[in-house]
Amino acid sequence: MLKYTMKRMVLMIPVILGITFLVFLVLSIAPGDPALLVLGGQATAAEIEQKRQELGLDQPVVVQYVKYMLGVLRGDFGTSWFQGFDVMEEFSHRIPYTLSLGFLAMMAAIIIGIPTGVIAAVRHNGMTDYVVTFLSLLLSSAPAFWLGMMYQLFFALRLGVLPASGADSWKHFVLPALSLAGGNLASNSRVTRTWLLDVIRSDYVRTARAKGNKESTVILKHALRNSLLPVITQIGVSFSIVMGGSVVTETVYSFPGIGSYLINAVKTKDIPIVMACIIIIAVVVGIINLVVDLTYALVDPRVQLGDS
Amino acid sequence: MTKKKNRNQTSPGAKKSKWALVWIRFRKNKLAMVGLTVLVILLLAALLAPLYIDYSQATKQSIREAFEPPSSRHLFGTDQYGRDLFARIIYGGRISLFAGLVTMGIAFLCGITLGGSAGFFGGRTDTIIMRFCDVLMSVPGILLSMSIVAALGQGLIKMLIALSVSQIPRQARTARASVMTLRNQEFIEAARCCGTSNRRILFKHIIPNVLGPLIVGVMMGLGGTILQIASLGFLGIGIAPPTPEWGTIISENQNNLMYYPHLGIIPGVFIMIAVLSLNFVGDGLRDALDPKMKN
Repeated sequence: MLKYTMKRMVLMIPVILGITFLVFLVLSIAPGDPALLVLGGQATAAEIEQKRQELGLDQPVVVQYVKYMLGVLRGDFGTSWFQGFDVMEEFSHRIPYTLSLGFLAMMAAIIIGIPTGVIAAVRHNGMTDYVVTFLSLLLSSAPAFWLGMMYQLFFALRLGVLPASGADSWKHFVLPALSLAGGNLASNSRVTRTWLLDVIRSDYVRTARAKGNKESTVILKHALRNSLLPVITQIGVSFSIVMGGSVVTETVYSFPGIGSYLINAVKTKDIPIVMACIIIIAVVVGIINLVVDLTYALVDPRVQLGDS
Repeated sequence: MTKKKNRNQTSPGAKKSKWALVWIRFRKNKLAMVGLTVLVILLLAALLAPLYIDYSQATKQSIREAFEPPSSRHLFGTDQYGRDLFARIIYGGRISLFAGLVTMGIAFLCGITLGGSAGFFGGRTDTIIMRFCDVLMSVPGILLSMSIVAALGQGLIKMLIALSVSQIPRQARTARASVMTLRNQEFIEAARCCGTSNRRILFKHIIPNVLGPLIVGVMMGLGGTILQIASLGFLGIGIAPPTPEWGTIISENQNNLMYYPHLGIIPGVFIMIAVLSLNFVGDGLRDALDPKMKN
């Protein structure tokens, strides 16, 4: 287990180097001189040249990249080109917000998604099943930002029970977490339903019933555990989606995480901030995927880690 | 008259092609047929838009007509600049649907080329291509698109590139997996024994057989892409206003939600209907292509 974990951690390094280099390359070869962008139209040629040297833009892309990554290893993500402050400093305030929002959204997707899937499977082809399936289809087809706006409209503007934006108390997390959970909640529910239905028809479930076990024991102890693997895969996939979706959701709710910050960086072409976001999210997603693979072995003893 | 007779004579005994059988199974799936009908209506409404509503209605501002409620003149009312919401949604649909189709078209072609050669040739080609896909997939698709938009700037073509790049690895993986299951099957071996060239095996035997799963992948990806286009539009880094696009329409009306909620609700419902129909068609197609694998 430990050996496998170490191996996976090592394998993550080339992937992260790859994506960062790719993004760095694309951002560097893109048209438009960043020095000119930073200084504005009135700058003289000499000023631009000086700024280029200051930002390190006069060196070849590969050199710039290596220098940048060496800095990252020391925990130095550079300085924002337009706002002039340390990127790491700003991020250290914002990352906890994004991570806790993502975590809450995942929790909501699991806590609501799996039980509704179980209920739908148990009441297969009943009214409850149809309602759950219909709602989850709607939820997975709605754009996340629009869902967020609808929650705002209903819970904040009309009912006034929850705040519409900001992040001052636990109440501020409810709506963003629910909108971020939306699509994943629906997928969790659908995957649980599909696989549970599959397992419920198998022989050993019939045996479990024949032994005289309570229906709840049969479903929860015998059937559910064996249908969890695909659900865990789904949860792993959904974490990546949650990290991507947080950008949109944070913007809707003016939430002070890294997502809403990234948007401004993208609009102004503030490369150090874009790079930092990509690195942090790639690392987080990589770690979560690893955790998901490790969970397989916990849930299903038949899974042997390490053999490909 | 004679034509009809001929058809009647040949059809019962004739062997139906694979796609005809798929269509027969697809037709039995009610949800998929509803989805297909809605999609065709949406596509026609978007394509034929210039015939029944003028583009200027979607862009021409007249403050005097701002915030008119839905009426026979303005089906969904007007927004804060007095632009007709119905016209904006219909013309926005042209952009969203078109951009979605083009994106998936590019992703499909690149995916089948990359994934197909990875699966077919194996070895080093496979390793290089698939590691490259791993790299692209290490960050969520929308973030990758956003960084590409950050580099290239705003605009329709730039957005298409950005979206395709984030879709290619998924399509390539599907293509590779399907090609790999086929590669070692007997009929391919038989073709090889006959001395068939690699190119002929690939185009005559493998590609026709992997098209099914790939098309299902494209249909599923199309819904996601339309949501992404809307998200980029909403964030203000997609298609630049005043060109109508579903996501931008919603973000424009975000501040008027309190008093004119329909301005924000209706465009969202359109996105939802389009994506839902695409998912129904995708599901139906998957079941029709592979009757053994229900759900």
